Amino acid sequence: MVKLILQRLLQMALIMLVVSLVLFIVFDSPKFKKQLAVNELGGFAVATLTQADYEKWLESKGLNVPIYDRYGKWVWGLAHGDFGRSFQKNEDVGYLLGRALIKTGILAFWVFALMIPIALITGVLAGIREGKFQDRAITFLSVLFTSIPEIATAIILTVFLALGLGWLPAKSKGDGLIYIVLPVLTLVLYDFGYVARMTRASVAEVMTSQYIRTAVLKGIPYRRVIMKHVLRNALIAPFTVIVLQLNWLLSGVVVVEVFFQYDGFGKLLLDAALFGDLYVVQAATLAAVFVAVLSQLISDVGYTFLNPRIRFS
Amino acid sequence: MAVVTAPAAMPSRPLLARLAEPRGFLLLILLMWVPLVAYVMFKQYFGDYAQYVLLPAIPAALLLYATAAWTWRESPIAVIGATLVFLWLVLAITAPYLPLLDPNKPVAPFVTPFSEKNGVFYWLGTDTRGRDMLSRTIWGCQRVIVWGITATVVAYVVGTMLGLIAGYLGGWWDQVVSFFANVLLSFPVMILFILILNYLGPSGFNIVIAVTFSSAPAIMRIVRGLALDVKTRDYIFAAQTRGESALWIMLIELLPNVRGPLIVDACLRLGYTTVAITTLTFLGLGLQPPDPDWGLMIKEASSTALVWKFSYMLLIPALSVSSLILGFNLMADGLREMSMRD
Repeated sequence: MVKLILQRLLQMALIMLVVSLVLFIVFDSPKFKKQLAVNELGGFAVATLTQADYEKWLESKGLNVPIYDRYGKWVWGLAHGDFGRSFQKNEDVGYLLGRALIKTGILAFWVFALMIPIALITGVLAGIREGKFQDRAITFLSVLFTSIPEIATAIILTVFLALGLGWLPAKSKGDGLIYIVLPVLTLVLYDFGYVARMTRASVAEVMTSQYIRTAVLKGIPYRRVIMKHVLRNALIAPFTVIVLQLNWLLSGVVVVEVFFQYDGFGKLLLDAALFGDLYVVQAATLAAVFVAVLSQLISDVGYTFLNPRIRFS
Repeated sequence: MAVVTAPAAMPSRPLLARLAEPRGFLLLILLMWVPLVAYVMFKQYFGDYAQYVLLPAIPAALLLYATAAWTWRESPIAVIGATLVFLWLVLAITAPYLPLLDPNKPVAPFVTPFSEKNGVFYWLGTDTRGRDMLSRTIWGCQRVIVWGITATVVAYVVGTMLGLIAGYLGGWWDQVVSFFANVLLSFPVMILFILILNYLGPSGFNIVIAVTFSSAPAIMRIVRGLALDVKTRDYIFAAQTRGESALWIMLIELLPNVRGPLIVDACLRLGYTTVAITTLTFLGLGLQPPDPDWGLMIKEASSTALVWKFSYMLLIPALSVSSLILGFNLMADGLREMSMRD
């Protein structure tokens, strides 16, 4: 077990090293330096700039040094907790990223707090009545909600709840829970169907097993069979799925945050990528990869921990 | 064209059964697909002939739908899904022949749906710049479908080849391919899209590349697992004993025997890719204006149409893309159910 964790952590470090190096090489290309200049000084100003002035501008930004030098400096800074400075916002990247991650974290907390109970309850209700009306209705709803992409869910919710009824603000520009209701609802509606279907499949499989039949035939009350025997065995698989949703959520928040103009992680990354803001993209990507790999690790380890039949040798 | 349409009028049962064979089915798909791709991607090279390019695709698409509906008749879910998908597909193919207004020409701004202005009846109204929404939705569907399916197919070709190599050849091939797949899989998908498209620049062909990078590793994993399972079967040993080459065994012996799960996955992935293209265009990284597509319609309306009265500008593309994805997902569900029953 410890060996497995160490192996995965080593793999993660290797992946992050490769990723950061590739990003550095990409953003070091003359094309991106030019894009950065255009974004910062304006296209007209760059067009009239002489070669010498351009070189001077590059030097003032610290961009004219060879790539290995820059990369080395960046890694050195990283080791000391310095993520570099943002070209676009002229702020410390660590501070920027931290603020964005907290905002996205609030979003993610509410998404999980709502999504997990809804998905598990509907999944179990469908699974214990496999093939009946209850199951078919829930399965249909979960397929329907999963089929509507986030962008469409966001639009439909905004149009009806914000524009039509006027209950909620259409844009998440502001503090307070009321501003994050629509983004959270969007993410929950899109996500719960998948987890519910996984739960349903797992519960349905356990329901057909020998020991459940034995328990029912022994005369144990139905409710007790479900609570003690079915759920305990059936909720292992959904656990891994739920942890892996964290990875998915990092993709999902980009479009939701941009649509609702919520200043979180996804919007920060997109803005920085479009601007050519290397250090922000670098830090945000590494944070995303870190969360993604860590969630995979947690789901693997948690699965072995919960299911005594599976042990990694 | 006449050759294709004429037999459709004959008693349909034996014909559909014959078309449902892999060879007939593939022929129909090619007959429908090649003109559509040629029309969308290489329109400028055809000159005056561009308007005839799509003609053979119309009967092919209708016949394909009839064949699919007949083959899947046991599963109503799959037929409903196929109906939704083919509805959009036929609209995409027939777009140049439908009596539509020019999708890029402003005629009358802010006309609400189902109303008349200047003697023209607008079914879906017009957008903020006065362009006809109905025509934009249908022309947009053409671009979304063509790029979505092309990207998925390319990702599948690459992913399947890598998966077969990793699974069948094994050894250090497997190590190398699996390591790169793991690197790519540890990115959240949307972030990978943003990074790649930001580097390559926004365009249809670059979307194909980005989708290949993000989907091929997952496809490779599925194929690798299936190949590992199948490669110990007797017919593979028989082929090896006959002295068939590794490439031949992979493509002719292995691949057809793992097609079941792959077709289901492909249907789901078509949905993901379509969503991805719409979303990327919305984020400003996908297909470029002025030609319409659903993501662009959402992008343009999301800043200007945030009023109840004009919300149809957002709702129409949103519902269009949802219905197409629903079609793909229902198709995948029905196919999975049927494969489990066998």
